[in-house]
Amino acid sequence: MNIKLISSIAKSLLLARFKQTLIAAVGVTFSITMFIALLSFMAGLNDLLDGIMLNRTAHVRLYNEIQPNVHQPINKLPDSINRYNFIRSVKSGNSRQQIYNGAAIMKTLQKDSRVLGIAPKLISPIFFNNTAIDIAGVINGIDIQNEATLFHFNDFLIEGQSSDLDKISSSIIIGVRLAKILSANVGDRVQVSTISGDIFQLKVTGLYKTGVQDIDKTQSYASIATVQKLIGKPNTYITDIQIKLKDLSMAPSMAKEYARLFELDAVDIQTANAQFETGSSVRTLISFAVGVVLLIVAGFGIYNILNMMIYEKMDTIAILKATGFSGKDVQNIFLVIAVGIGFFGGILGLLLGLGLSALIDLIPFTSDALPNIKTYPIDYNPVFYLIAAVFALITTFFAGWFPARKASKVDPVIIIRGK
Amino acid sequence: MSETILEARKINKEFNDPVKVKVLTDINFSIAKGEFVALTGKSGCGKSTLLYILSTMDTDYEGELLIDDISMVKKKEAELAKVRNKKIGFVFQFHYLLDEFTVLKNVMLPGLKLSQFLEKEVEVRAMEKLKILGIDKLAAKKANQLSGGEKQRVAIARALINDPDIIMGDEPTGNLDKKNSDIVFDLFKKLAEELKQTLLIVTHDQSFADRTHRIITMEDGKIINNNNTK
Repeated sequence: MNIKLISSIAKSLLLARFKQTLIAAVGVTFSITMFIALLSFMAGLNDLLDGIMLNRTAHVRLYNEIQPNVHQPINKLPDSINRYNFIRSVKSGNSRQQIYNGAAIMKTLQKDSRVLGIAPKLISPIFFNNTAIDIAGVINGIDIQNEATLFHFNDFLIEGQSSDLDKISSSIIIGVRLAKILSANVGDRVQVSTISGDIFQLKVTGLYKTGVQDIDKTQSYASIATVQKLIGKPNTYITDIQIKLKDLSMAPSMAKEYARLFELDAVDIQTANAQFETGSSVRTLISFAVGVVLLIVAGFGIYNILNMMIYEKMDTIAILKATGFSGKDVQNIFLVIAVGIGFFGGILGLLLGLGLSALIDLIPFTSDALPNIKTYPIDYNPVFYLIAAVFALITTFFAGWFPARKASKVDPVIIIRGK
Repeated sequence: MSETILEARKINKEFNDPVKVKVLTDINFSIAKGEFVALTGKSGCGKSTLLYILSTMDTDYEGELLIDDISMVKKKEAELAKVRNKKIGFVFQFHYLLDEFTVLKNVMLPGLKLSQFLEKEVEVRAMEKLKILGIDKLAAKKANQLSGGEKQRVAIARALINDPDIIMGDEPTGNLDKKNSDIVFDLFKKLAEELKQTLLIVTHDQSFADRTHRIITMEDGKIINNNNTK
């Protein structure tokens, strides 16, 4: 009942000072627009930068580390008081890098509900023969379909089709830098030799570019079967299992769990790339801080304008109180004014924020690191809009709270007798 | 003697700023339903101060105030606001109309606040009051388009909207010329005599006071003449 009356009074007071109201609302609109644009852009950039590394990295990687065997035969003897074993100069033995029983492990992993997907891998050193010079490199045998879906392999491919790796036997995808050194193009054949000296001809079916020169020069990709053939291993031979999790933050604990379960070495993404998360969170924090400061400044604008309005409308407040409006009613009128400014300014801000983000999204942006990116990245995350809307209402509410309290405390006798 | 609508019992008030000054001393009187009372006295005798205490807007006093036999002492701010809304109508020296609203909406505001009637009904009632005061033609105008006399009549209509037990006026003709003063006085008289409306008007205009039914005269914060039998 009273809500309607109070909002109608609030509305007419607002419209009576339309220009000032507009300026206050524009303040909110501006800050919400900037808040949205800033956060969307920053989040887009974060995703992009993190993606360069994080997208390509397994959350948990299972492998066999080359290291000296911790179980030395002499220690297997029964303990005796008269003897103490000193073993010096222990060397890494010929322990195999193969993951034993890889198929069974992968089956177990696929059943784990925390796992998003897995991709087996086979890594081997290789030499690219360029006339008399051998260039040292690494060949990665990959399951191209999983690699593409889980690790965005295609994002870095600038020429050719990644699926050709499976279709064309003895095919390889090399980095642009290596391609330049070898003067090789898609369709050409390159000669490689393995550590054991076997020589093979591989057909280049694609070129990739990460922007990291060392990677583009040394890393190359082929199907698992091709690499198994190169190094003369059976078709069960794999050296790595890459696991992508549904929840990235679980990686450290799950790495430990798998290491124990499968008796393998396991490394999680946080340990392997600690610096990335720090950078992202600091950037996000800064943009949030800037956005909130903008909103608070807009809040002060509303505070000022409401304060002024209260001085101008003392007569109105006095007569409302004389004719039976309580202090609470008067306070509500001014709160409705404040939140009204926040609401309409905020809605406009959300729309303009979306518009500005879309505009930034159109600005050309090319990066050597990311051949697929043509414009500035924007993250259209609805959470930002939600935060902005909530913040707009909260700041305007508090900006209105203090002037409204003041209005509720106005003594009508003083105003009316003062005339 | 008919029902008492307003009663003051031993009301005292002091100002403490900058020195202690007693402005009201032992005010005792009552007003019956239907009376048309003028409260007069020289400037500074405390008549306005008394009126604002009676109006429930000033709560800083000693003694007891009863409106419709209910004590106003110890009531909370919101409860007093309700009392003012329902039982008291105000006409001040200045009209205090809201420029943003039409005449009709100005009159309706206290009625909408009371929310005893639907908005449509309040509108009909507001039109009736305007008709009684002869200004129904101005209903659709904005408050700031009226003349001073018209504004004061709208203010009276606003005071009437909730059929209050008593209308209180603080120098309601103080800002008006002779002609408009007479119009406003005649309206008060009409309300008192035809509609049996209780009125308590503070005025220092002796000719105005003389024409009411009863005059309460104050001097130095005391009632010196409570003429019940005029």
